[in-house]
Amino acid sequence: MSNISELSLTKIINGIKKKEFTSEEVTKSFIDQSKKSKKLNTYITECFEEAIKSAKNFDKNKNYKGLLSGVPIAVKDLFCTKNVRTTAGSKILHNFIPTYESTVTNNLWSQGAFLLGKLNCDEFAMGSSNETSFFGNVINPYGEKLVPGGSSGGSASALAAGLTPATIGTDTGGSIRQPASFTGTVGLKPTYGRCSRWGIVAFASSLDQAGPMTRNVEDCALLFQAMSGYDSKDSTSVDTKVDNYSSKLTDKVKGLKIGIPKEYKVDGMPKEIDDLWKKGIEYLKDAGAIVKNISLPHTMYALPAYYIVAPAEASSNLARYDGVKYGHRAKGKNLIEMYENTRSEGFGDEVKRRILIGTYVLSSGYYDAYYLKAQKVRQLIKNDFDKAFHDVDAILTPSTPSSAFKIGDKTNDPVSMYLNDIFTVPVNLSGLPAISVPAGYDKNNLPLGLQLIGKAFDEQTILNLSLAIEKRADFNKNFKVWWI
Amino acid sequence: MSIDKDTVKHISKLARISLDEKKADTLSKDLTSIITFIEKLNSLNTDKVDPLTSIINASLKSRKDEVKDGKIRDQILKNSPEKNDEFFVVPKVIE
Repeated sequence: MSNISELSLTKIINGIKKKEFTSEEVTKSFIDQSKKSKKLNTYITECFEEAIKSAKNFDKNKNYKGLLSGVPIAVKDLFCTKNVRTTAGSKILHNFIPTYESTVTNNLWSQGAFLLGKLNCDEFAMGSSNETSFFGNVINPYGEKLVPGGSSGGSASALAAGLTPATIGTDTGGSIRQPASFTGTVGLKPTYGRCSRWGIVAFASSLDQAGPMTRNVEDCALLFQAMSGYDSKDSTSVDTKVDNYSSKLTDKVKGLKIGIPKEYKVDGMPKEIDDLWKKGIEYLKDAGAIVKNISLPHTMYALPAYYIVAPAEASSNLARYDGVKYGHRAKGKNLIEMYENTRSEGFGDEVKRRILIGTYVLSSGYYDAYYLKAQKVRQLIKNDFDKAFHDVDAILTPSTPSSAFKIGDKTNDPVSMYLNDIFTVPVNLSGLPAISVPAGYDKNNLPLGLQLIGKAFDEQTILNLSLAIEKRADFNKNFKVWWI
Repeated sequence: MSIDKDTVKHISKLARISLDEKKADTLSKDLTSIITFIEKLNSLNTDKVDPLTSIINASLKSRKDEVKDGKIRDQILKNSPEKNDEFFVVPKVIE
């Protein structure tokens, strides 16, 4: 029984179908593992009783039509879930109970899955280490003192530790791919517009995108297929066909052209990251892909542009938290003072920094110098990718400039924390899909990921290439279970 | 550019976040380091570049302008920290 929680999503779905175990047995196995793993602090809200009910209900009425039939799934606490508290990791939403369901979670439930719980994340998804959450930081199963990455840190840690068979996160600047890389899991940021943003607590609307986080590439294709699709409630949702990504998944990538951007070889990059990148190139060559050197000349400007665009959009999106409609409310002598005290008490330090940066760059007299400039730079970054994709089918880079770092290491210097997202941010600015796949270890035996960037709406190619890497990489989950 | 304490106080007023003196000091330091980082962009000439307006090439879909929901006042008020039967309640605005 206890080993069900170590199985992949695909194996669990097949096992339920073949009646090797029931949905209830699966659910209990993950609940059991979750209850024993409180030290990791992955859950904000547990829905275990409801999950058991749903599982029993499934076992009674057995219906295998959905892609995720009978599977419990815990999700990042940024997705609104009907009648289940949704906090976004913030004090200001600590008591918010949505009366509606996000489109993406609804898609999962329509495919036969049900909710196991809501997972910890950086406050409003602003962070790269899960240390900004009002509900405390999450621990990486690879080490008691290590961060799991962020902002989808609770999702990554829960997935790696076997507390959920798969999960979904959101990625505004790397929030799926960086924690996936830090925990030895697979994380995909889909093309902007592929998954609906409706019902997801908004951070930076032109960058936010939900995506799957799984134990392997096969699971990733399946979960991605289940959650994607057009939604009339999100005006930036794109009405293109959702492919059968799982049945088309193949590691036959012979003849595909892979670009290696020279600008991603940054100063001071650890040798082991460079070595991993070289290994990735060898894996893909071995699979028959053709590797080409390319240039993305504006890469170095991506992170500064991101730290104008994202805070600007965040400062506007977070204006809604005023202590009137929902969430935390502080006292004040008059309306304005009530607003000011509510927001001062309700938001944490990183969120305040970003709101203030956003307010500053959008304020009168500065708009052209910052925001307009950033949008111009964003165009140049997008042009770089457009040009590169004339010659190549996908781009291979490291996912992160380091492996998981220690809790507290970067909290005193916001800019050093931001540098974590140096390889992931250009993708969000350009709206492209990208995946992080585990590919090896550093000298301390911590996992490292490689990133594949694809053309818009061509997730299939990067999934296939990831599968080719996965089959060749010397990667096996290798941590001791120290927290139970 | 450095963001001095007065500027921090001004923008926190605009953003409706109250700050004490100590916090304003820390934020002045933090925001200065972030803005300095952002200003790397100044070394790039963008005079002839049009700003990006959309990252997806698809045109926005239009839909019929029709009422599809409504009569959900209770749901809307449900999470309010202070309300009466019909309205959100806020501190007195008009003397």
